[in-house]
Amino acid sequence: MKAHFKIKRFNPEKDREPHWEEYELEVEPTERVLDALQTIKWEQDGTLTLRRSCAHGICGSDAMVINGKNRLACKTLIKDLGSHITVEPLRGLPVIKDLIIDFTDFFAKYRSIKPYFINDEPPPDVERRQSPRQRARFDDTTKCILCGICTTACPVFWADSRYLGPAAIVQAHRFLFDSRDQGAEERLPVLSAHGGVWKCRTVFNCTDACPQGIDVTGAIAEVKKLLLFRKL
Amino acid sequence: MATAAPERTVKAGWWESFYQGLTYRGYEGHWAWIFHRVTGLGVLLFLTLHIVDIFLLTLGPGVFNSLLALYKAPAARILDVFLLFGVLFHAVNGLRIVIIDFWPHATRAHKAIFWAEVAVFLIVFVPSALVLLAPLFGWGGGAQS
Ligand code: HEM
Ligand code: HEM
Ligand code: SF4
Ligand code: FES
Repeated sequence: MKAHFKIKRFNPEKDREPHWEEYELEVEPTERVLDALQTIKWEQDGTLTLRRSCAHGICGSDAMVINGKNRLACKTLIKDLGSHITVEPLRGLPVIKDLIIDFTDFFAKYRSIKPYFINDEPPPDVERRQSPRQRARFDDTTKCILCGICTTACPVFWADSRYLGPAAIVQAHRFLFDSRDQGAEERLPVLSAHGGVWKCRTVFNCTDACPQGIDVTGAIAEVKKLLLFRKL
Repeated sequence: MATAAPERTVKAGWWESFYQGLTYRGYEGHWAWIFHRVTGLGVLLFLTLHIVDIFLLTLGPGVFNSLLALYKAPAARILDVFLLFGVLFHAVNGLRIVIIDFWPHATRAHKAIFWAEVAVFLIVFVPSALVLLAPLFGWGGGAQS
């Protein structure tokens, strides 16, 4: 089938503002948007710039706005979109070139919630034990691939760059609800501070777009509740 | 190793990000949020005017009665329907948000909850709006004289 692509381009060496460019190409309906973007790059315009690595929905590097919604290009089939497809860089973070955005701020926020295991007790001889129930408590948020789709789909994040964003809160949830972790006292002040969980307005754009199907808004709501009912 | 910051980037300005927000393809939650904010600010605007109009009572019955005559005009009934829409939507949607805040598992069914909210909203809104608009269609005497 013939597909019509409209792609938002920006070249920092030439352009002052981003602009749209259009491309026509032959595609299979069962191909993915990523395949079509690569065909355009290889056969029509070698300057088209994008990130991708695994091409199988696990590295999280090819998140972009496709037909108005945040998606992974490698997990989006052309047949689900039709023949007219628009592609833009993610919103709310600076554009470096074409579809590549600057994730510096995103990862700084990720680090601010200390996304690693904290437990000062000496490790036991065997592993630190956990019941299936305790493991299930935070299972959902272990699936995050840090693609940034949730954070850049959030209207609060677009409007207020101080907001940690859903991805950082999902990562905090993964450790806060892990029975082996003891880092809550270090993380909760960041999460209850000005740019923390209380900025969330339950818009659900994050949950609707997450390629891993994580209940992002639910995870944020659980962190809110933890802060609210925590013993002072 | 730290990588050097890119030389030049572009970031959407205030207006552009406002436009981008409206063109993002959001679903139930996105529209509920936009309506919640618009109705919240709308009701706040009404409340400001309303405090001024009730304050006019202090100027004596003449002024206040001419104000009430204004409120009885047919056009005011149409504005009443907007007010009803705003207050009712904000109230019902506010309760949905409260449910989600206190019962995070509800997020798994957030779309169903939204459509249940729409049903509750319509059940209250449609008959109430008809009562408000009845005099305009010449039906009955209206709810009150
Ligand atoms: C029936 C009573 C009301 C209920 C149940 C209610 C509920 C709520 C809730 C739960 C929120 C938080 C929304 C969020 O976290 O996303 C909110 C926000 C808000 N409310 Fe109300 N509210 C009520 C009445 C009012 C009134 C009378 C006004 C105006 C005078 C008002 C103006 C606002 C505004 C401006 C916001 C901020 C909206 C936003 O952040 O997007 N509300 N309301
Ligand atoms: C069209 C519908 C409405 C009518 C006809 C109406 C009528 C009135 C009247 C007659 C009073 C004076 C009561 C008294 O002092 O004895 C009053 C006061 C008041 N109303 Fe309403 N009202 C309406 C809608 C609303 C709404 C939607 C809100 C909330 C957002 C509201 C909030 C208030 C408040 C706060 C006062 C006290 C104001 C003051 O003392 O300055 N009203 N209203
Ligand atoms: S929660 Fe989902 S959308 Fe957000 S960064 Fe993780 S995988 Fe991506
Ligand atoms: S290229 Fe790795 S997630 Fe799409």
